[in-house]
Amino acid sequence: MIAYVVRRLALSVVVVWGLATVTFFMLHLLVPGDPVRRALGPRASEETISNLRHQLGFDRPVLEQYGSFLGGLLHGDLGTSLSLSAPVSQILGDRILPSALLIAYGLVVAFAIGLPLGILSAIRPNGTADHGVRIGTTFVFGMPVFWLGLILALVFGLKLGWFPVSGYRSGVGGTFKTLTLPALTLGLSLVVIVTRTLRSNLINVLKSEYIEAARSRGLSERRIIGKLAMRNAIMPTFTILGALIGYLIGGTVVIEQVYQIPGAGSLLVRSILQRDFQTVLAVTLISGAAVVTVSFLTDVLQAVLDPRVRLEGKS
Amino acid sequence: MTSEMHVLAGPQASVRRRRRHWPVSAVVGLGIIGTIVLLAVLAPIIAPYDPNKLDFASPTLAPSWHHLMGTDQNGRDLFSRTLYGLRLDLAVVAVVTFVPLPIGVVIGSVAGYFGGKLDAVISRLVDIVISFPFMVLVISIIAMVGPGLKGILIGVPIVSWSLYTRLARADMLVIRELPYMEACVALGYSRSRTIFRHAIPNLVRNSLVFSTVDVMGNLLLLAGVSYLGLGAQPPTPELGSIIAEGQAYMLTAWWVVTLPALVLVVFGVGIGILGDSLSDGRLSGVVE
Repeated sequence: MIAYVVRRLALSVVVVWGLATVTFFMLHLLVPGDPVRRALGPRASEETISNLRHQLGFDRPVLEQYGSFLGGLLHGDLGTSLSLSAPVSQILGDRILPSALLIAYGLVVAFAIGLPLGILSAIRPNGTADHGVRIGTTFVFGMPVFWLGLILALVFGLKLGWFPVSGYRSGVGGTFKTLTLPALTLGLSLVVIVTRTLRSNLINVLKSEYIEAARSRGLSERRIIGKLAMRNAIMPTFTILGALIGYLIGGTVVIEQVYQIPGAGSLLVRSILQRDFQTVLAVTLISGAAVVTVSFLTDVLQAVLDPRVRLEGKS
Repeated sequence: MTSEMHVLAGPQASVRRRRRHWPVSAVVGLGIIGTIVLLAVLAPIIAPYDPNKLDFASPTLAPSWHHLMGTDQNGRDLFSRTLYGLRLDLAVVAVVTFVPLPIGVVIGSVAGYFGGKLDAVISRLVDIVISFPFMVLVISIIAMVGPGLKGILIGVPIVSWSLYTRLARADMLVIRELPYMEACVALGYSRSRTIFRHAIPNLVRNSLVFSTVDVMGNLLLLAGVSYLGLGAQPPTPELGSIIAEGQAYMLTAWWVVTLPALVLVVFGVGIGILGDSLSDGRLSGVVE
């Protein structure tokens, strides 16, 4: 078990290092021109430019900069934003909470809707309920996230007036009010995946021998599905979260724009329009690291809960 | 044909048999997709108005027989703009889906066939690329090359080859052990002949099935990025940017925001139906 976790952790560290390297060289080799010159504008004097370059260390050899970049990362230093003249880690720190809450709330919505639908369609595959759920989820599958968001804002925000359609307020009540529609948008776009995954897993599990044994002993269907089958069927549904987290982060970028939420996603879009590369790359790197961390945690959790996983690597 | 001959004829024979029995749902899905592609291709003929012609005398007209989807805030015909937007979106998506597909399949097949260090390096690279949230990486590449379709055309292929690599590699690991691959070695075929002529035709199917979902994903991504103002630039008609432009008039002209995306929803239904009937659970390996 420990060996498995260590091996998996080592792999995650390698991937995060790779992410950092790729983002660093993207900034330094692919961006044409001088970021400092562009940030200071055309009227800045040569002296100001070279001073700031020196101050940020941009005049040193690329490999040396790479070294201090990696060193800085270990201390949580993500560089300095040229457009806001503040440490990126500080700017990002203020904006990560709304995004994280949105993702968490969106996941709750996705599972609250997706799990019952998945069970409903797996109980009688190709039955009326299954077809109904499939038709519904297929329609949602083709909806752009921002469009879904606008429709929900139009109906529940502007027409019915139940929720505000833009902004973010902190505190439990404020968060609930301002994030419900965004989370519903994010959650609904995920329901397809949750429902489909659970459905196919549950159908497979229900075919297995131990379920047949339980049936022959006369256990109620409710008990069989709720207690015996779900235990095995729900696991892969949770583990795809590791893959979904990337999708969720992408979704929040768009949804934060729709609902004007001051999160990490809207920071990203703003930074691009202001050509603030340091911030763009910090957000990219942090979101990549978040994906790696979540997939590490889901893998470990899976190994804890399911002995077959941790034994697999040994054979 | 006796059953022994069936066995000897191998995978090709079964492929041919499968092709004869297209399931009804696949035909329906293809029909929907085909209709929408046709609408996009024929946009210049079908569109009743010039998509960029401003008409300040008729701003935000509600849908009617003159303007099937109404007009936007500048009096442009929304139906014509939607058709042209669809045309642009599908063209871009076709490129960013079907260029990386063969590249990814070849890389994955080679990694799976040879194994060892090469495979380890390629697999780690795939892990790294897949770890970036797709949308965020594409956006950060747009940050470098500047807003516009160029960012999409560069950014999406940089990531999406890895999905096909992962699929093809997994299939190759299985195929590599099959007796007919041994036969290729026994017959003295070169490695490239073995991989390209004998292994890839048998593993490309999964990638093609996955590409149906990938097309939809890329379509939504392109619309999303354009909605953010980082993709197609106005006044170019593009579904995402049409909706973004209409957002300010959402209360007075609901049709600008709502109607253009319906074509994507219908396309998604077509893809969903086709994907379901082709996949029979094969897609589960991708979302890993």
